Amino acid sequence: MNVVAPFEGIGASVRRKEDFRFLQGRGAYTDDFNRQGQLHAWILRSPHAHARIKSVDISAAKAMPGVVAVFTGADMVKDGLGGLPCGWQIHNKDGSPMAEPLHPVIAHEKVRHVGDQVAVAIAETREQARDAAEAIVVDYDVLPAAVSMEAALKPGAPAVHDDVPSNLCYDWHIGDKSVLDAAFAQAHKIVSLDLVNNRLIPNAMEPRAALGEFDRTSGDYTLHTTSQNPHVIRLLMAANVLHLPESKVRVVAPDVGGGFGSKIYHYAEEAIVTWSAGKLGRPVKWTADRSESFMSDAHGRDHVSNAQLALDANGKILGLKVHTYANMGAYLSTFAPCVPTYLYATLLAGTYTTPVIYCEVKAVFTNTVPVDAYRGAGRPEATFLLERLMDVAARETGIDRVELRRRNFIPNDAFPYQTPVALQYDSGNYTATLDQALATADWAGFEARRAEAAKRGKLRGIGCSTYLEACGIAPSAVVGSLGARAGLYEVGTIRVHPTGSVTVLTGAHSHGQGHETTFAQLVTDKLGVPGAQVDIVHGDTAKVPFGMGTYGSRSLAVGGSAMMKAMDKIIAKGKRIAAHLMEASVDDIEFERGIFRVAGTDKTKALVDISVAAYVPHNYPIDEIEPGLEETAFYDPKNFTYPGGCHIAEVEIDPETGKVSMVNFTAVDDVGRVINPMIVEGQVQGGIAQGIGQALLEACVYDADGQLLSGSMMDYTMPRADDLAPVSVATHTTLCTHNPLGVKGCGEVGAIGSPPAVINAVVDALRDFNLRTLDMPATPSKIWGIINAGRQQAAE
Amino acid sequence: MYDFAYHKPTSVADAVKLLADPDAKAVSGGHTLVPALKHRLNKPTALVDLSGIAEMKGIKRVGNAIVIGALTRHVEVANSAEVKAAIPALAYMASHIGDVQVRNRGTMGGSVSNNDPAADYPAAVLGLGATIHTSKRKIAADDFFLGMFTTALDADEILTAIEFPIVDKAGYAKMKNPASRYVMAGVFVSKAGGTVRVAVNGAGPCVFRQADMEAALAANWSPDAVAGIKQDPDGLNGDIHGSAEYRAHLVGVMAKRAIAAAG
Repeated sequence: MNVVAPFEGIGASVRRKEDFRFLQGRGAYTDDFNRQGQLHAWILRSPHAHARIKSVDISAAKAMPGVVAVFTGADMVKDGLGGLPCGWQIHNKDGSPMAEPLHPVIAHEKVRHVGDQVAVAIAETREQARDAAEAIVVDYDVLPAAVSMEAALKPGAPAVHDDVPSNLCYDWHIGDKSVLDAAFAQAHKIVSLDLVNNRLIPNAMEPRAALGEFDRTSGDYTLHTTSQNPHVIRLLMAANVLHLPESKVRVVAPDVGGGFGSKIYHYAEEAIVTWSAGKLGRPVKWTADRSESFMSDAHGRDHVSNAQLALDANGKILGLKVHTYANMGAYLSTFAPCVPTYLYATLLAGTYTTPVIYCEVKAVFTNTVPVDAYRGAGRPEATFLLERLMDVAARETGIDRVELRRRNFIPNDAFPYQTPVALQYDSGNYTATLDQALATADWAGFEARRAEAAKRGKLRGIGCSTYLEACGIAPSAVVGSLGARAGLYEVGTIRVHPTGSVTVLTGAHSHGQGHETTFAQLVTDKLGVPGAQVDIVHGDTAKVPFGMGTYGSRSLAVGGSAMMKAMDKIIAKGKRIAAHLMEASVDDIEFERGIFRVAGTDKTKALVDISVAAYVPHNYPIDEIEPGLEETAFYDPKNFTYPGGCHIAEVEIDPETGKVSMVNFTAVDDVGRVINPMIVEGQVQGGIAQGIGQALLEACVYDADGQLLSGSMMDYTMPRADDLAPVSVATHTTLCTHNPLGVKGCGEVGAIGSPPAVINAVVDALRDFNLRTLDMPATPSKIWGIINAGRQQAAE
Repeated sequence: MYDFAYHKPTSVADAVKLLADPDAKAVSGGHTLVPALKHRLNKPTALVDLSGIAEMKGIKRVGNAIVIGALTRHVEVANSAEVKAAIPALAYMASHIGDVQVRNRGTMGGSVSNNDPAADYPAAVLGLGATIHTSKRKIAADDFFLGMFTTALDADEILTAIEFPIVDKAGYAKMKNPASRYVMAGVFVSKAGGTVRVAVNGAGPCVFRQADMEAALAANWSPDAVAGIKQDPDGLNGDIHGSAEYRAHLVGVMAKRAIAAAG
């Protein structure tokens, strides 16, 4: 009987290998690791947004049961520890570098946001450590706080950092303002819009955790941490904070329960547990509770912008001018400065042929939690601005909103397309994704659905966004010239074992993406090894040579490309071995899916024959070829990749309560070549859930004193299943032209494309109320307020 | 959480004795108290777990009333054939408390004793004009809910059961807080002969009766009867999820919907 194995290569919806352990509760997360003699750390956090620390009295805490140590910022200063580093330096308009104040691991002299670390208590149990932390007496001199960006920039505002009296981190711009002014002078119509991009709290399902260990024999440190990029954490922590050789530090990021960007950064607690493990000679573990996550994980978004679009009489865009204030929070998180600049302003062309763009960004320090990249990072902010602006422009020019977009699309024959804001798009077909989405969503039939809803007393609206994003970050030389203090290549090792099974070592990190499945599919497709015989190893600096990690939808485009390059090296070496075994010329050896063949003959060797020969080199050209079959490749991307597409949201509003219900959502995305359609669909759905969350539900709110009002799930609205709509996800593919797989990336498209589609739909539902600006989230009370004010106005 | 002693008495009398300690706390489903303990917002000397007290369990019809034991879980009320037949609005209310996990653990007695302004049960108790049975007396609903998280219960007094009169008509409607899913504004209405009761929860610091709506409905039992009645926002709750004015508006909307649901 012939048994045909199911196809497991590129394009197959292979079920996720990792789910067997996750669904059976056999995942191993950082908090699951426990060591003999392990101590527990509890971080005492500031209750004030801004205060001078007059004194910290730890005497009572140190005397409590089970307490081994209590450390303060002064102890770290005494040990000569560095501050938490920032990985990106932006330059001001005048060429001077951004303000980069010290980010102490434990606050010293001043606290700058509610949740700032003030001291750490370390004890035999977590409860004892917490008891001790409560017994620490901190004498604060409470200072006025600069909470909103507007307040922080006012003359005489409290300075978050004494050495940055203006609270201005940088004043940056891109584009030629004089050219833009000339374009605006020619405009038939200028459309202006004020926008707020709401601050979000990421809330990965697994709270952050860290376990530090010190080996007295070797002097080696090991840190287990909830990270998206363990090698980056090792580099930043060893070189900048602890001043240790990297060779003495191992960082492991085991199973990680979601990151969405918030687990990219080097956090204080990682350095605290590693440093104190060394000082105490015992393992030290810290695990956040959910309340700590709210006030210590980097937040996302938080922009205030004005955008102006100049159009000619036919609705062709002549120019775009944007002024944005971006909140950095109290300190610069690892990648914070690049988010509102090179991940934001460079996206402002979107899918349109806008010839001139000028964007100015002022980044501001405030007494709030640091803000950094969160799913989409800069691109959702750019997309929201642009796609809202297009709808407002359509309304004000009287041109249909879909037609206005079509008139301005970059045409299919214009690729590669150079935008005025640095990026060069390699491929795309925006008309195709738009048409497919309009058909799927039955855009043409909407008015009948609106009329039917009106009979039920509901206001129904539809909205679209034709977005584009840049991911697969990024060519090292390019990002270096823009201020990155790192290269952004990726590393892959392919280890073919003697018996033909394969271990892949990748610098990418999977924290929900399904790499163990998708990456195995690449090996199956290229080397012909069944998925069950391919293991993907990631997240351990002791195993994987190096890596830059997973963020910016880069794992497949960059990490997958590194794997492809390493597999090319395996095949090249395998051909030489095969040529020897089959007594043929190397040039005559062909390879396809695991079989080496002498061209034009039936002489073949399987990959396993080659691996056996490589590891048992009895009949082997040992003088010419080294034994073994393992290759490593570093892949540096040639460009960003440019996924894009069309999202269409349909909503219904209950005018009596203001509640917005999602009734339908359609996504047609061009993510390049699809390796596993099921995983892509899941990724896009997840992104859309977060996008709907931003648009309708999520709001991080501080009061005027800097207290976090939305500090728990009781007040911060995470999307639940019943907040979402039936979501139709489809792909329309144009291939990326510059990476070996033709892939673009799918991790963030959902969160980038969806918020403006949802808000455009809400505004459309409220078309009778002449609504122009609508800040997210569109909560029931906000929408009711609009409806109520509109009706009162109409009555007067 | 902080350390505490744990007791599991099997009779109301024993539980009352244990609660003589003013810093001891009664617990049943634990869905309010346990999160508070985990956040160290509460430091009881002892928890008195009531779940082993058989006499506080069960649902039975007694004359023209349904008597529900305090330890009865929300899911049991929601699924009870007896309750559904006699007071369907009560079963409906219970079936919409929190989520499945809350309904499977949370108890009626815990919810009513806690008197969270945003809880569901107080609206049903007040809206139906129920009678609260305790370890020492019977208290009319109108005398029970005194203010935010405050009831007529003494420190060592345990709510043992609630007697809900079977009414002609009753209905409940609420708007949920988008984040917590507690009640932003809810209205429970009932009609028994010429007596109409309208209880409002979520909107204010404590569940309260809406006298203007009761008078209007006594004259004309229909959603239209309350359409012109404005709830005064003065004294209602306002927070990041909605102003007092919004909640006042919702009281009117939910009243209409509750009456429509009651039929």
